[in-house]
Amino acid sequence: MQVIVKLFAMLRRFTPANVTPGEPFTLMLPEGATLADVLAQLGIPEDEAKVMFVNGRAHALDYALQDADDTGIFPPVGGG
Amino acid sequence: MWLLRINMTERSYKLEEVPEQYKGLGGRGLTSSIICDEVDPQAHALGPNNKLVFAPGIVTGTAAPTSARVSVGGKSPLTGGIKEANSGAGWAPAVAKMGIKGIVVEGQPAETDKYWMVHLTWDGAQPKVEFLPADAYVGRDLYEVFPEVYAQFGAKVQVAGIGVAGEFKYPNSGVVFNDMKNQPTRYSGRGGLGAVMGSKGLKFIVVDAAGAPGVEVANPELFKEGAKKMREALMEHAITKPQGGLNTYGTAILINILNEAGGLPTNNFREGRFAGAAKIAGEAIFETNKKHLGKELYNHACSPGCIIQCSNTLYDKDGKELVSCIEYESDWAFGANCGIDDLEGIAELIKLCNAYGLDTIETGVTVGVAMDSGVIPFGDLEGAIKLLHKMGKGTAQGRILGGGAAMVAKLYGNPRSPTVKGQAMPAYEPRAVKGIGVTYATTTMGADHTAGYTIAPEILSVGGASNPLASEEGKAALSRAFQDTTMLIDSSGHCLFIAFAILDIPTGFQGMIDEINAVLGTNMTGDEAVAMGGQLLKRERAFNAAAGFTNADDRLPEFMKYEALPPHNVVNDLPDAVFDAVHAK
Repeated sequence: MQVIVKLFAMLRRFTPANVTPGEPFTLMLPEGATLADVLAQLGIPEDEAKVMFVNGRAHALDYALQDADDTGIFPPVGGG
Repeated sequence: MWLLRINMTERSYKLEEVPEQYKGLGGRGLTSSIICDEVDPQAHALGPNNKLVFAPGIVTGTAAPTSARVSVGGKSPLTGGIKEANSGAGWAPAVAKMGIKGIVVEGQPAETDKYWMVHLTWDGAQPKVEFLPADAYVGRDLYEVFPEVYAQFGAKVQVAGIGVAGEFKYPNSGVVFNDMKNQPTRYSGRGGLGAVMGSKGLKFIVVDAAGAPGVEVANPELFKEGAKKMREALMEHAITKPQGGLNTYGTAILINILNEAGGLPTNNFREGRFAGAAKIAGEAIFETNKKHLGKELYNHACSPGCIIQCSNTLYDKDGKELVSCIEYESDWAFGANCGIDDLEGIAELIKLCNAYGLDTIETGVTVGVAMDSGVIPFGDLEGAIKLLHKMGKGTAQGRILGGGAAMVAKLYGNPRSPTVKGQAMPAYEPRAVKGIGVTYATTTMGADHTAGYTIAPEILSVGGASNPLASEEGKAALSRAFQDTTMLIDSSGHCLFIAFAILDIPTGFQGMIDEINAVLGTNMTGDEAVAMGGQLLKRERAFNAAAGFTNADDRLPEFMKYEALPPHNVVNDLPDAVFDAVHAK
């Protein structure tokens, strides 16, 4: 299956080589892959991914993805 | 320590020993207590009986890191209720170092349209006040005026004051403070306190702390321990540490995460996602500066002693400074909320607010309401700039806009007024983030995000986790807990952003309690300190009740019950009982 991945803030340094940092890109994953598998495939240490959205809702590492899911991954961020 | 009373009817001043009941207070705890004790809740906000109180926090002026904060309090001409507006500013430690716990501005000159400045200095033994005419500075752009004020009083003074918006008595007007480059960019923005200052004929309070003795600390050993715990927590946490989230991307980092969550109010709260979000977010600011300056630029401190350093500056392609600073709220208010995705355009709108003395949140939401009401189209940057100039000149339409978002919605017949108690909502959509909606509705401040920042657990996973889309009664307790703790932090003198670290790192929270106890000579536990916050909130509620507020004012606007917000297509479906539960105990 294919999912869309968007990496934000410092996590942009893990963008694959053929993609402009900040642009969404697609990732091929096996059926039943989780958010943890996305991180592993991109080389992102789990403790750096603080908030992970799938289709606009935050989920845990063990969340199982589906084809065409739209994900956004954030490091710890704050503001006001 | 003293309370400094400044009487603008007589242009006189008095130094009073701090009364016993105020000795344990600072910041918002002090400003709200004084307003509750001395201002008739039914007084007109712009009449002679309102007061304007300035108070540094309890630990402000000490070596506590990230503690140069000032609270400005009064009855708000925007909401008609009690107001505290908080800013980071070198002005705050300067006042604290003179042994001044609070400055109470009272009375009103008989002559209207004449403005005065206060020059506050240390005369060797105590603070001294001179009143000087401010005529030369009235009616002018603050970016032009500030250098002249510094030329008049010296490069090291600290300045608090108002722009033309305060002179016009706009409910949109804020109280301005200088930043560390002596520019007029820091604001106690919310609630129209600039108008209160203007109604007292007071243009500037210029503070020169040269020779001042510094802040007395009752227990220096405990203070050292507490400040060390605080420093370590701030240096450790990924959000607050050097080159961490805030230092790299500033608060505007939130644009992308709220957008992803579907809670970024867009086009006057019609939608929760903005197509242009990535073009205006903190990452875009960082990358734009990198392109224009040829290097990575990390952010700076708004005030002395801050180790988080989250303020940014945007530079143009020639390396010229466009504005400082593009905060999340300002970026959102003129950006997503107005359908504008031009970062340099947003920078110009923010700069105009700074120049005229306007609250960027209220003004941005006002422009959004104007767009939604057909005055100009959404996305019309040039049109928005023209509206700001009208406000700055005080034209008829400018005065309507200066009345704030709720006023403009009323005058243009638009039920989509994203306001509570007459104050514009900030950058989080209450239908998509339920807890912040409860805060907006129930805080004494009117729609206000910092008053009970449930965004931390609901969106950022700081201090726990809470599903933002869940319409559950637990949101009442969540908002209440944040409101109580925030009252404590607002009184301490620390920037609210320490919360990101101390909510996750308990020793940091204990550090704040140690610092407070050390300065005051008290020995409160953390729970007792938070409970003190809760008691102070009760006093604010009582003021608002006496001013005429009821539970019916603790509600989100009706349109949010029946307009489903994309992308999650959610409405406000929390029962009234949940809002009423917040303050019920």
